Amino acid sequence: MYTFSSKLKSAAIGLMIIGAIGVAYGFFTSNKTFEQVETMLANESHHGGGHGEDAGHHEAADSDAHATEGSHAVSEATEGGHAEVDEHTKHVNHVMHGMHNRPWSALYVAAFFFFMIALGVLAFYAVQYAAQAGWSPLLLRVMEGITAYMLPGALIVLLIASLSHFIGHDAIFNWMNPDMVDPDSDKFDKLVHGKKGWLNYWGFLIRGLIFVGGWYLYRHFSRKFSIAQDKADDNKNFKKTFRISAAFLVFFLYTESMMSWDWIMSVDPHWFSTLFGWYVLAGMMVCGITVIAMITIYLKSKGLLPKVNDSHIHDLAKFMFAFSIFWTYLWFSQFMLIWYSNIPEEVTYFVTRFQDYQLPFIGMVAMNFVFPLLVLMNSDYKRIPWFVIMAGIVILVGHYIDIFNMIMPATVGDQWSIGIPEISSILLFAGLFIFIVFTALTKASLEPKRNPFIKESEHFHY
Amino acid sequence: MEASKVIHAIYTDDDVLMAAVKKVKSAHHHIEEIYTPFPVHGLDKAMGLAPTRIAIASFMYGCVGLTVAIVMMNFIMIQDWPQNIGGKPSFSYIENMPAFVPIMFELTVFFAAHLMVITFYLRSRMWPFKKAENPDPRTTDDHFLMEIAVHDNEQELSNLLKETGAVEINLIDKAH
Repeated sequence: MYTFSSKLKSAAIGLMIIGAIGVAYGFFTSNKTFEQVETMLANESHHGGGHGEDAGHHEAADSDAHATEGSHAVSEATEGGHAEVDEHTKHVNHVMHGMHNRPWSALYVAAFFFFMIALGVLAFYAVQYAAQAGWSPLLLRVMEGITAYMLPGALIVLLIASLSHFIGHDAIFNWMNPDMVDPDSDKFDKLVHGKKGWLNYWGFLIRGLIFVGGWYLYRHFSRKFSIAQDKADDNKNFKKTFRISAAFLVFFLYTESMMSWDWIMSVDPHWFSTLFGWYVLAGMMVCGITVIAMITIYLKSKGLLPKVNDSHIHDLAKFMFAFSIFWTYLWFSQFMLIWYSNIPEEVTYFVTRFQDYQLPFIGMVAMNFVFPLLVLMNSDYKRIPWFVIMAGIVILVGHYIDIFNMIMPATVGDQWSIGIPEISSILLFAGLFIFIVFTALTKASLEPKRNPFIKESEHFHY
Repeated sequence: MEASKVIHAIYTDDDVLMAAVKKVKSAHHHIEEIYTPFPVHGLDKAMGLAPTRIAIASFMYGCVGLTVAIVMMNFIMIQDWPQNIGGKPSFSYIENMPAFVPIMFELTVFFAAHLMVITFYLRSRMWPFKKAENPDPRTTDDHFLMEIAVHDNEQELSNLLKETGAVEINLIDKAH
């Protein structure tokens, strides 16, 4: 049995406290008034920082007009034409909204990132059973520990989305604003109105709860059978898990795709991509497998997984490598089709990212593709624990930035930064993740003793 | 150094063969070659063969393929007959690069795979119409053959090999 070391526990609690303080600080400082934003913009325009692209809520075309305007609008506001004053007000309002949305989005990105790790592991776990994999049973308990975070993580994501609607003035999902589907409002949006059968708050919440409920049922019963199998004298529990794993995978592939439309893609309600679900899935699998490898190496370094050998680590690193390539394949497929066809309503998505998010956007591809490709290619390196950990850290950071790039351009636009709100949100959820995962690891023996493939896993040799 | 006299020990099971290889190696005899009907995992390590360098060759071939793709597409689509790609007539390589990525990928794989196979065949001294070097046709069916150099220690060797479970031990003079 594993005991949660007090050192790690206090580290996790410390992370949560520091993170919570930082998140609170982010919310307090984001509350800028119209005048403050106006002064800030006037100062900023002196160093020629163009407030180029609009935060996705608008069709951004007149960005240059905005940029030049910012500099002289303050002095001209009094004598200038009304049109210009309106434009100026609109722009300042717009930037102000971006700043108000930032702590919400930062919290949401981090919450989703850690939830996604747990969900990716749950899918990987189901694959092990459905495929009756012989190499992995020694790692199943580690995976079960990680999937303990799935339920709280998913509920937190739904909670943040709901709070952003009720008290955050639709800071993350602008389509939740009822004015957008009200034909009499000046915020009326015909496209969102056309989608309101799917995109409405209660639909979002009910669908979300159905997805999470289904995933949790699988996690609950697979864990129950897995523990029951330890003391069984036949393979009945294993067979049951095999059956529910196959059923879960079917349910998961549909609901994961829909979840990615609801929870991520809908932040840009005008934009759509048909392979988005796959793309999110690839990212979630890479992160999940990376975290399995990291926790396995950690537990092994404490001597708690004596039967895990370097062939297991090698296989996990191979999966990290392979899913990184798979992620790149999907990322590029999505990008190339949209780039090639050049349809305005689609291509704005990438225009925004190239103009305002160039460094995170290009940097993320380098971290998630070029780096794992070159570092994890060599077979021997995949067996060196510290090497796998270092590669894993880069992959996790890269995929955090990937989620960041999915959400932020729509909500905060060009007002993005990776500062206190973002980093504290990561710390908060990292602390919570460690706390829940390692608590779950203490609940059962780290070796599934009576798994029918355990012998094969012990002798696994590449 | 090739000995003129060799012993051919024949086995009928790959696990027995693996154990035999380990025993022969630990008795400090030099195994010249092993013929098997299928690849036996871990045999190369047990025999003490140097690790393969084909991965390095493959990486270099891939780089060649990537370079060929880049140069070729630049010549075909940009220099020789400039194309309007996706309604974006920029005629710049870098701006049209996404359209060439699938080709870069395919040629990288193509070069790496084909040249790697060719390298493997040449390195193994295999080419069309070559006469088989296989000393016993049964090794293409269900027998395993271990070839060991003899340096005036026939008796000792055959005793050792019998112990390891060889079903047949033949002394072969390679001189003729």
